[in-house]
Amino acid sequence: MNLGNIDWPLIGEATVDTLLMTGFSLLFTVIIGLPLGIVLFLTSPRQMLSNTAIYQLLSFIVNVLRSVPFLILLIVMIPLTRVLAGTSLGVEGAIPPLVASAAPFFARLVENVLRELDPGVSEACRAMGANSRQTVLLALLPEAMTGIVAAVIVTAIALVGYSAMSGVIGGGGLGDLALRFGYQRYQTDVMIVTVVILVIMVQVLQVFGDRLVVRLNRK
Amino acid sequence: MIVLENLRKTYASPERVSHALAGVSLRIERGEIFGIIGRSGAGKSTLIRMLNLLERPTEGRVIIAGRDITAYGEAELRAFRQSVGMVFQHFNLLSSRTVLDNVCFPLRLAGMSRRQQRERAQEVLALVGLSDHADKYPRQLSGGQQQRVGIARALASKPELLLCDEATSALDPETTQSILRLLIDINRRLGLTIVLITHGMDVIRSVCDRVAVIDAGRIVECGDVLDVFLHPRHAVTQSLLSESGVDAEGWREMAQGMEGTMLRLSFRGDTTLQPLLSRVSRELGVDLSILQGSVGRIKDTPYGQLVVAVQGAPEACMRLPGLLKADGVECEELRP
Repeated sequence: MNLGNIDWPLIGEATVDTLLMTGFSLLFTVIIGLPLGIVLFLTSPRQMLSNTAIYQLLSFIVNVLRSVPFLILLIVMIPLTRVLAGTSLGVEGAIPPLVASAAPFFARLVENVLRELDPGVSEACRAMGANSRQTVLLALLPEAMTGIVAAVIVTAIALVGYSAMSGVIGGGGLGDLALRFGYQRYQTDVMIVTVVILVIMVQVLQVFGDRLVVRLNRK
Repeated sequence: MIVLENLRKTYASPERVSHALAGVSLRIERGEIFGIIGRSGAGKSTLIRMLNLLERPTEGRVIIAGRDITAYGEAELRAFRQSVGMVFQHFNLLSSRTVLDNVCFPLRLAGMSRRQQRERAQEVLALVGLSDHADKYPRQLSGGQQQRVGIARALASKPELLLCDEATSALDPETTQSILRLLIDINRRLGLTIVLITHGMDVIRSVCDRVAVIDAGRIVECGDVLDVFLHPRHAVTQSLLSESGVDAEGWREMAQGMEGTMLRLSFRGDTTLQPLLSRVSRELGVDLSILQGSVGRIKDTPYGQLVVAVQGAPEACMRLPGLLKADGVECEELRP
């Protein structure tokens, strides 16, 4: 293995692409998944806005999206991705399927975090005359903050992995590089470098996330 | 102040219908500390939640200060709840907010300005003796202190009614006493009505003016705490009392093989402090042996209850009850 043979600028570009894909996907995942998770929680049985029809419908959609393997979702979504992102290739083309896959996952995590909260907090809010909106915004979300941050980190790490997979259909980034150079051209050294970079990314995310959780935790 | 009319709560499941409350009617006066005692599953928790409609009755009405709150709409009900304080067994504080912000929370819901919120919160924190802890987080406080925060939060919006849901059940005995003293103190200083539920007779004895005993969704006994303690009528009341060390029937074992008349004497108030037994014993020439007794205080009133065996001339024994009654002692003849 000769590190001198590696096209470092190309690696750098791919790393930035992966970061962009993960970052933007994470942003949209949180924007869509957080409200979805809150609605899932609120409409579930014995909760404030309990509504079996809405809960079952959302729960079904979430389960369907989560049960489709990501690689299949990537391919199935190509027409929709073209509409949403203008292209099904590159960084932009990878974001819609990444969000479609990660948002339901994140929503479930949020739902579970909210469900794990002490029901006494909701009861106290009701007893003080809070409406559902106030209960969620002023009490439940702040109480769930550490859990939600932890869920964001877990989702971010999953997105790093999935973004690499999108290289298969021309998604760009480190996965793309590993596939084209490492696999198709037998350049094992490129493969190893991309893997090392991915490992470092995940480590940094986890360590940073754990610190944040410790700082936020008031329990 | 509070009138409960024939409250029923039934939970229907496909297998069976269960009655959490099977027709409860009660009247709670303004300014009193009213205790509801019962074992777990008796329905006390459901009952107290009906006073702010955290649980809705299947049937019956809840009338507070002349208004039927079961007829309220959602918005009216929320406004009403802001005028009722509630304290919980596990405190239910927001762990992500400081003590001060926890107490500000109900005021924020009421739309008070931030400055007013803080002023009022400082006032109630001073009332519960936690001024120095305003900037701490709940987890940095002891259980008793957390409950004081809970009480401060409940008092923040100047309620006329305070509901205590097993407020001392998660606390150790010493802390329990200090929280109970605080409840009596705020009841006197602020004149607010307190309704509390508990499974411990000691709590009732320490703070309550009146008590209702609930069993299987029904009120089986209700009255002044003193009366209920001295003359418990229902089996559930008797067993709750004996668990807290007030055993009405313990004398029976002692009395085996004893001759003479058995009397149960109940004193209350100043009579408790009089040397009555030695006086009647001297006057009538009878011998008294105490088989069982308890002397103490119920809230502020001293009380005593003794079971005595009387031995002496039959004529003297006959005169004894009359003499004691004349001195204000309740006297009841017992059959071993």
